[in-house]
Amino acid sequence: MQVSLTTPPVAASSSGATADAAPVLRLEGITKTFPGVKALDGVTLELYPGQVTALVGENGAGKSTIVKTLTGIYQPDAGTISLAGAPVHFATAQDATAAGITAIHQETVLFDELSVAENIFIGHAPRGRFGLIDWPKMRKDAQEILSRIDADLDPDMPLRELGIASKHLVAIARALSVDARVVIMDEPTAALSHKEIEELYELVERLRAEGRAILFISHKFDEIFRIADRYTVFRDGQHVGSGLIADVDEAELVRLMVGRSVDQIFPQRAHNVGDEVLKVVGYAHPTEFDDINFTLRRGEILGFYGLVGAGRSEVMQALFGVTKPSKGAVRIDGQVRVIRSPAEAVENGIVYVPEDRGRQGAVIGLPIFQNVTLPSLAQTSRRGFLRLSEEFALAREYTERLDLRAAALDQDVGNLSGGNQQKVVIAKWLATKPKVIILDEPTKGIDIGSKAAVHGFMAELAAQGLSVIMVSSEIPEVLGMSDRVIVMREGLIAAELDGEDLTPENLVRHAAGIGAQP
Amino acid sequence: MTETASHGQAPRHIRDRLQGPGARLLKSWELLLFAVAVAIFVANSFASPYFLNAWNLSDATFNFTEKAMIAFAMALLIISGEIDLSVASIIALCSTAMGAAVQYGAGTPEIVLIGLATGLACGAFNAVLVTKMGLPSIVVTIGTMSLFRGISYIVLGDGAYRGYPAEFAYFGQGYVFWVISFEFVLFALLAVLYYVLLHRTNFGRMVYAIGNNATAASFSGIRVARVKFILFLLTGLMSGVAAICLTSRLGSTRPSIAFGWELEVVTMVVLGGVSILGGSGSIPGVVIAAFVMGLVTFGLGLLNVPGIVMSIFIGLLLIGVIALPRLWAMWRR
Repeated sequence: MQVSLTTPPVAASSSGATADAAPVLRLEGITKTFPGVKALDGVTLELYPGQVTALVGENGAGKSTIVKTLTGIYQPDAGTISLAGAPVHFATAQDATAAGITAIHQETVLFDELSVAENIFIGHAPRGRFGLIDWPKMRKDAQEILSRIDADLDPDMPLRELGIASKHLVAIARALSVDARVVIMDEPTAALSHKEIEELYELVERLRAEGRAILFISHKFDEIFRIADRYTVFRDGQHVGSGLIADVDEAELVRLMVGRSVDQIFPQRAHNVGDEVLKVVGYAHPTEFDDINFTLRRGEILGFYGLVGAGRSEVMQALFGVTKPSKGAVRIDGQVRVIRSPAEAVENGIVYVPEDRGRQGAVIGLPIFQNVTLPSLAQTSRRGFLRLSEEFALAREYTERLDLRAAALDQDVGNLSGGNQQKVVIAKWLATKPKVIILDEPTKGIDIGSKAAVHGFMAELAAQGLSVIMVSSEIPEVLGMSDRVIVMREGLIAAELDGEDLTPENLVRHAAGIGAQP
Repeated sequence: MTETASHGQAPRHIRDRLQGPGARLLKSWELLLFAVAVAIFVANSFASPYFLNAWNLSDATFNFTEKAMIAFAMALLIISGEIDLSVASIIALCSTAMGAAVQYGAGTPEIVLIGLATGLACGAFNAVLVTKMGLPSIVVTIGTMSLFRGISYIVLGDGAYRGYPAEFAYFGQGYVFWVISFEFVLFALLAVLYYVLLHRTNFGRMVYAIGNNATAASFSGIRVARVKFILFLLTGLMSGVAAICLTSRLGSTRPSIAFGWELEVVTMVVLGGVSILGGSGSIPGVVIAAFVMGLVTFGLGLLNVPGIVMSIFIGLLLIGVIALPRLWAMWRR
């Protein structure tokens, strides 16, 4: 694991995609089975030096599993991995790192309390006499790597003082420090701003020019077409197609991903809005938001648009009783209600599908059916005693309506993909027959197929008279789904838009606080 | 995920269960532990000629009945992600309160009520500190462990309370039928009650949900603080019950009563398959673990093994039984 800073590992002869180059890494016939689920079924994946291969697929297609197989976290049940033509076996994560495979994850795994240099060299710090860490060399090498990626960071700075984008740079510097032949980027742009994404693209270009093979996992088609040379598509744990990006278009990729063509992205719906269900008056919070007033009607989808940090989720969590507003009142069906806890919100017919699925949404460790019935136990039980047959029946009714993909209802919800976990959370709330359902970024990090399913379902719910609040940062989704949109900026309502005013320009203008139109 | 995609078609049927009840039992921790219990029973009956004697076996149950009563409540508490290390000190305080009441001429019903009330009060004190003030339970109960027993030491010093009424002796020394002691009957009854509470009621389901992810449980409309409050109350109450049985059996109260029991109770719970991190475990597991620990101490006692060696053996047993499944998995790979 010597660090070679001067010579790139592979001669960067051509940065463009060519069909005749030999793959540096080849996975063939990889199969991985978990209890009840065949996560990978004989898949093939080839990565070429100096090229970016985009791995595309719906949630649950097996993308995360293949990354974990590549990085030595999982061992495949069958199949071969060959590196530069020679078969290899990664028993541990260290084996994969030693072979020059490194991954930059969605949420980067770094150490907040250590310095930038320590993070870059953790596990393979340069050693001096007596096997002690050679600090001056480590600092110097870190500085060199950082300047190579144009990262203006002090190697001695503790990581906790850096923002998310800078942390990404450290993760990338770490990848370079092990002289990686293969760099895996698992949705690297998910948490980044527009400017940071541009900088990341430049880095990818640089890595490509240095002759490294890059596996790029993303749900965003624009970035795939912008930076990838090749694509590989997985569907339901199987390899369904691969080739050069130049030979494919967006529609074809979508067709491969979902196994059908997505003709209509947003469902057509009649604007059938009834009486007022929810009225929020003068809601305020000491730090997060102020002067929030709005109404929600029966059968309406009310969009909440704004930049990250505008206070939308905080308003919703106050409505759901998680945080306490300092002022203001809530009226449900015309009557003033005090909501001090999620339990009271549920009793009043307000339910919340959080953005943070893993931590706040699904109870990982409990089976699917117990997740679904958790808020409905009063309904499925008799005098406080569980009735399992009622629970299975209720769970089946709602999970099947949402087209859940699972082997059995007693399977741990943690074994499901993100999109399917989201379906379980939504099923849980629908089973309580709520009046108002709040969806916080309902399709974030979800593949196109599940997205369409969630959108279709939202439209169906509204048509049945349920009132929906949808917090979303995706302009097409906000425009495509909402009857009316409230734009928030810095904790305040910046605008309420409907009808002809509901345009992308207006949304962006109010969210960013750009001066009024003439 | 297992089949090929079929969007937009009729909803597919999802099975209720992945495996039948037989397969689930075969893979269960409880079965492994039961095998261990049987093995120890057989080994004991070969090791000592006095082991297979109804009265000796009956005596052996006293090694675990009182601890197991607390272990049932402790199992629920640990499954919910909390812990109470003050249980043995609660016994000391309950016993001291009962002994003091005797000095003022209290009769058996009053003594029992005072024992239970003291246990509940101690549990409530822990509960308020943990659920209302948001302090970590391990720190709170290490503190109250010293506090509760400290009060006993202040009240009693080197002395002891004696003079319990004759009928009070029934709880720890009485027999319901032949060799079946009152304590054993109470243990069996409580095992059934806690089994029903944990595995057959909404409350038990909430305990599991909280232990797996308290935030998501709260976001699902569960009143997490209320459930935890009740669990601390139950643990205090069961310590009170154990204090009544133990005091009755010993016939006296010293401040060192039940010293070190908190670790034996936690050992019993963990040996029974309850995850120390919360979220999983069962009452049948704890019941079998109680028998295992009772059989081991009794068998070693018959062989005149000193107490310190016994605790070494219990420690090895705990580590061994917990490491076994992991070793098995490593060996198969």
